[in-house]
Amino acid sequence: MSISPSWYLALSVVLFSIGALGVLVRRNVLIMFMCVELMLNAANLAFVTFARTLHDIGGQVLVFFVLVVAAAEVVVGLGIVVAIFRRRASADADDLHLMKG
Amino acid sequence: MTALVLDLVVQATRPTIPDVGVFAVAAAIILAGAIGVVVARNPVHSALMLVMTLFGVAVLFVLQQASFLAAVQVIVYAGAIVVLFLFVIMFLGVDREEDIAKERLRGQRPLAAALVLLATTGMLLLGEVSRWTTGQPHVAGSDSGAPNVNLLGKSLYTTYLFPFEATSALLIIAVVGAVVLARRPPVARNTTGSLTDDATGDTTGEAVGGSGFEVDA
Repeated sequence: MSISPSWYLALSVVLFSIGALGVLVRRNVLIMFMCVELMLNAANLAFVTFARTLHDIGGQVLVFFVLVVAAAEVVVGLGIVVAIFRRRASADADDLHLMKG
Repeated sequence: MTALVLDLVVQATRPTIPDVGVFAVAAAIILAGAIGVVVARNPVHSALMLVMTLFGVAVLFVLQQASFLAAVQVIVYAGAIVVLFLFVIMFLGVDREEDIAKERLRGQRPLAAALVLLATTGMLLLGEVSRWTTGQPHVAGSDSGAPNVNLLGKSLYTTYLFPFEATSALLIIAVVGAVVLARRPPVARNTTGSLTDDATGDTTGEAVGGSGFEVDA
């Protein structure tokens, strides 16, 4: 109960931005997934901060759900990566241009 | 009693030195790990940097009295999700350095940096100028008065019971989806032509070996 919530939120914003930058810049699908995880963690940090600030347990419950959805997302996403890799032996997002026209 | 409450309020408004130190160290770990995830050439290094960031976030959860979430963060994220990442990296054999110096799409990086900078500035300004108001305190229940796990469990099994059950359906769907996606297509098994082949991996291996032999000959 000591450090101002603004610091936590600022850290959360910076963490989210680094994750967004990674998704935009990196072309390796696995690293893009990891950057999505960074963004989810930034959101979790903000949720916990608001839960503390507003004295409401709801923020922490929401973090719980975000964790579950993140786990499901990673499982399905990595399944898709494995399926794509089996077809074209590459984990590069730029190689996936089948619908390029 | 009033003096005690006032003392607590005064204590709550002033950061103590250890808390500031823990926050600073955790923030440094988080940011270093996050930057490491983005700039690491090797996907394995990215995954390990991700573990660093997740531990830092868990420390900040502890600092904000969310002890259960800190434990779940370490167990689920660092223990399960990152291991899954590492497993897939090793399984696919992409654990080698890649060239990230050159830009594949022209103008992608400056554009991405500009967009992210704009969004960051906007979000920081939003946090600075806006006031957080809430009409009703404790919508889902207070965050004090009982241990963190008790409060979280009670809220999860009363107020949020339906979403909680829905997540179980989501997890089942995810498991079934992952199995369907990752299994070898059954059509390929019928077109191998050989009845003794029970896996397509063997036949493709033979096909690659056969073509190599032909090239040699």
